[in-house]
Amino acid sequence: MNTVSESEHQNLAVRVLLFATYAELAGRALVELSVPSPATVQDVLRRLRASLPGAERLPDQPLAAVNRAHARLSTPVRDGDEIAFLPPLAGG
Amino acid sequence: MNPFLTRAPVDLSSLIAAVSAPERGGVATFLGLVRNHQNGVPVVRLEYSAYEPMAEAEAARIVAEAEGRWPARVTLSHRLGELAIGDIAVAVVAASGHRAPAFEACRYVIEELKRRVPVWKKEFYADGSVTWVDPTRLGLTAPPETVPAT
Repeated sequence: MNTVSESEHQNLAVRVLLFATYAELAGRALVELSVPSPATVQDVLRRLRASLPGAERLPDQPLAAVNRAHARLSTPVRDGDEIAFLPPLAGG
Repeated sequence: MNPFLTRAPVDLSSLIAAVSAPERGGVATFLGLVRNHQNGVPVVRLEYSAYEPMAEAEAARIVAEAEGRWPARVTLSHRLGELAIGDIAVAVVAASGHRAPAFEACRYVIEELKRRVPVWKKEFYADGSVTWVDPTRLGLTAPPETVPAT
């Protein structure tokens, strides 16, 4: 059983998906990232910008999804989550 | 529910058959067809793509919301891949015992689809240029003001 101090040092492994203009800007559609716990979607975006050339061209506040549902940048993320940054939607 | 996304031409008659019934004879349909212009610039073709698992999940949520709010059965289909001018890009069909709920449910679903479902459109113009369409920049829709709570 983890002690409190052990769980504070966990890293969360998340999968980040990019689409359309964002995938073109970053040059990738899928990135596996590790972020220190606790983390939000905003923290994942920061880590993405810092680690993927081209990702710094993504907007500061993109639409985001966690596990295939819309999420806010303040939404917490957990180990194994699938996060996506979504360009402005153009369906229909 | 049938898959929402398709790479084949949208089959409107089968969508109608899926929701209509002897007790649901009021059927309202919305079709979004590929136009030959965007802001006055001629379009020769376009490509739709999606975050497919989320698009399916969000479409299912929208249908469940509509069927919860109105006494209607609703189905929808969005085509992906390369589309030509005049092709059906999206179809929404709502069937109810009365026309008012059918119209309202149909309207709700297409409005929510455009606001929430992760689909993107790349347009190819007559002059050879290509653009990812951003409806927020065309003044057509407001960006989502709130995100549905998770």
